[in-house]
Amino acid sequence: MTPAAAGEPLVEVRDLVKHFPIRRGVVLQRQVGAVRAVDGVSFDVLRGETLGLVGETGCGKSTTARLLTRLLDPTSGSIRFDGRDIATVGRRELGPLRREVQMIFQDPYSSLNPRKTIGAIIAEPFAIHKLLTDGEERRARVQELMERVGLNPEHYNRFPHEFSGGQRQRIGVARALALEPRLIIADEPVSALDVSIQAQILNLLRDLQRDLGLTIVFIAHDLSVVRHMCDRVAVMYLGKIVELASGDELYRAPRHPYTGALLAAVPVPRPTGRARRRELLPGDVPSPADPPAACRFHTRCWKAQPRCSEEEPLLESRAGGADLTACHFPLSAEEVAERVPELAGAQAAGAPGEAGPSGDAEASSGSSSSPSST
Amino acid sequence: MTALLEVEDLRVRFDTEDGVVHAVDGISYTVEVGRTLGIVGESGSGKSVEALTIMGLTRGRRTAIEGAARLEGRDLLAASDDELRAVRGNDVAMIFQDPLSSLHPYFRVGKQIVEAVQAHRDVSKAAARDRTVELLGLVGIPDPARRVDDFPHEFSGGMRQRAMIAMALANDPKLLIADEPTTALDVTVQAQILELMSRLQRELGMAIIIISHDLGVVAETADEIAVMYAGRIVERAPTATLFSAPRHPYTWGLLRSIPRLDVPREADLVPIAGRPPSLIQRPSGCAFHPRCPYALPSHAVTVPPLEAIEGDPAHHVACLLPEAVRAAAEARLRAGATPQEARAAAGVDSLEPEPAS
Repeated sequence: MTPAAAGEPLVEVRDLVKHFPIRRGVVLQRQVGAVRAVDGVSFDVLRGETLGLVGETGCGKSTTARLLTRLLDPTSGSIRFDGRDIATVGRRELGPLRREVQMIFQDPYSSLNPRKTIGAIIAEPFAIHKLLTDGEERRARVQELMERVGLNPEHYNRFPHEFSGGQRQRIGVARALALEPRLIIADEPVSALDVSIQAQILNLLRDLQRDLGLTIVFIAHDLSVVRHMCDRVAVMYLGKIVELASGDELYRAPRHPYTGALLAAVPVPRPTGRARRRELLPGDVPSPADPPAACRFHTRCWKAQPRCSEEEPLLESRAGGADLTACHFPLSAEEVAERVPELAGAQAAGAPGEAGPSGDAEASSGSSSSPSST
Repeated sequence: MTALLEVEDLRVRFDTEDGVVHAVDGISYTVEVGRTLGIVGESGSGKSVEALTIMGLTRGRRTAIEGAARLEGRDLLAASDDELRAVRGNDVAMIFQDPLSSLHPYFRVGKQIVEAVQAHRDVSKAAARDRTVELLGLVGIPDPARRVDDFPHEFSGGMRQRAMIAMALANDPKLLIADEPTTALDVTVQAQILELMSRLQRELGMAIIIISHDLGVVAETADEIAVMYAGRIVERAPTATLFSAPRHPYTWGLLRSIPRLDVPREADLVPIAGRPPSLIQRPSGCAFHPRCPYALPSHAVTVPPLEAIEGDPAHHVACLLPEAVRAAAEARLRAGATPQEARAAAGVDSLEPEPAS
């Protein structure tokens, strides 16, 4: 990645909409409504960055990913990849795009063909795109990829069932890297893995991104994972982006009440966790087939005013910076401190790398207290 | 404090085509009346098998179960199937991870709870139905008198888990076993369910065993936490102690390998090397030694017993390193050292000279 290219958008998404029709009837299927999975989202993915998409089930984050890869056709809106609109191009013209955009899937068990060897799985992109037709060359490249993601190249001829979940996810990463794509879309890449393995894959993705200058769209429901991985984060709720900010800013000073509620709901492995009064978000997410009018979050928002159900808030800068919030009454610093106190603890801790195994010391009593050994 | 459930040296082995799986390998703990025990571990650590065994749900021709699990003095492992049936859903109830597959899709939610009530109580259908509506209200289902006739698919994920909890509470159990109760749920719904469980515990005074892979979830709910690895408990301590002064290298590894909101963003994750062991061919000695940054040659030979550490009878650790060395290593880790630096600083290598060949 050249410095000049950094910070320029690789992907520009504007007013992207995906509605899934709901049909009734057996012969003459009338459309009686639509699930508004993605309902007008706009964002850029900058070259060389990791953009996080977070939100709960049904917020539209995975649909957005599938639109970006054109696994789904958008209802309306535009997606510009490297300056070219790919939202409406036909199947044939998509060919080159498929090389440049690759996906890493959530479930390493169902995303690998059990009847193919690892070598064949990782080489499949070459076969599809008729590249590296020389067998020896292809094999060498595949083994190089295996090495890159931390697999033993000698395991070329093994089958997926011989590998653990973490290793399978590495296979998925190697396959995604095979064509040297410019954009990788990782849809919940660690949520199916054991806790002790998740860190291995997250570190791998972070290293690859740094070394290869990859651009990654990282989709997850786990806010602490996203925080670790992403330069910027878009929070989605019911098909809309409610907040889009740099990772530092979002986790230091969330502005949208929904972001605040999400952060407050994350259980923190600390003994004081229990004493903390949690502010619960009441009820369930409304149906995306019939979303609330105006601000979609107003039915569950503790700050909601009459205006919130009448006038839709635009996703715009509230503090004059690059960070965007779609809310009429964003959170103040005091409200954040009261509701998500552990964020303040993380900031006060200062220098990186001081996180002890419990992380509790720096949150409560300075950064380097010794443990209370007896 | 009176002990409600005492588990003593529980062992569960499954005879499979591939060999004998040592799923649970000698664990002991006590759950006191009205208290919450959290059991943490990764897949294959034996945490679910252990709970299922107490409920008598792993019995079978190819299962070998040893040890004792005494509920108010009565050994559940020795009880007959009929006796157990009277205990299950009555004295001890269980909720599972996936509320959709735990509810029968064909029957109305209310009918399934009525069934649970009538299974243990000789009450009329109308009375059981009244009780069901009351239970659904208790667990926070809005408009329970109407929703009682809904089918499971008409409930959201969070509501289904609430319905499962209502079913579990039908007969005022003394002990509720919750196996990953919030893993399938979104984070805001998870917070609701955890809060609900704490509230119900305060109101009804039951004991809870909560099983999870998520240290955050157990931190927020449990009074005491047991960390399991490869079928054994490697560390057991009151919640505050476990997080303020963890003493087992596996616990350190777990705490340091998860991204957390309360540490600086740039902090590196330190993964635990390798992967969880096979329960068929377990590592010799301390089962964690192949992945442990502090292992010494003798650790591949000796099996560490779970013992109380000096000065704190409530804190049990199964580790072969001396307590002073572990305390020193943990202090270094807390100050930001890598496991290798901590090993050197704590003088682990001076404990055991390299064996002369």
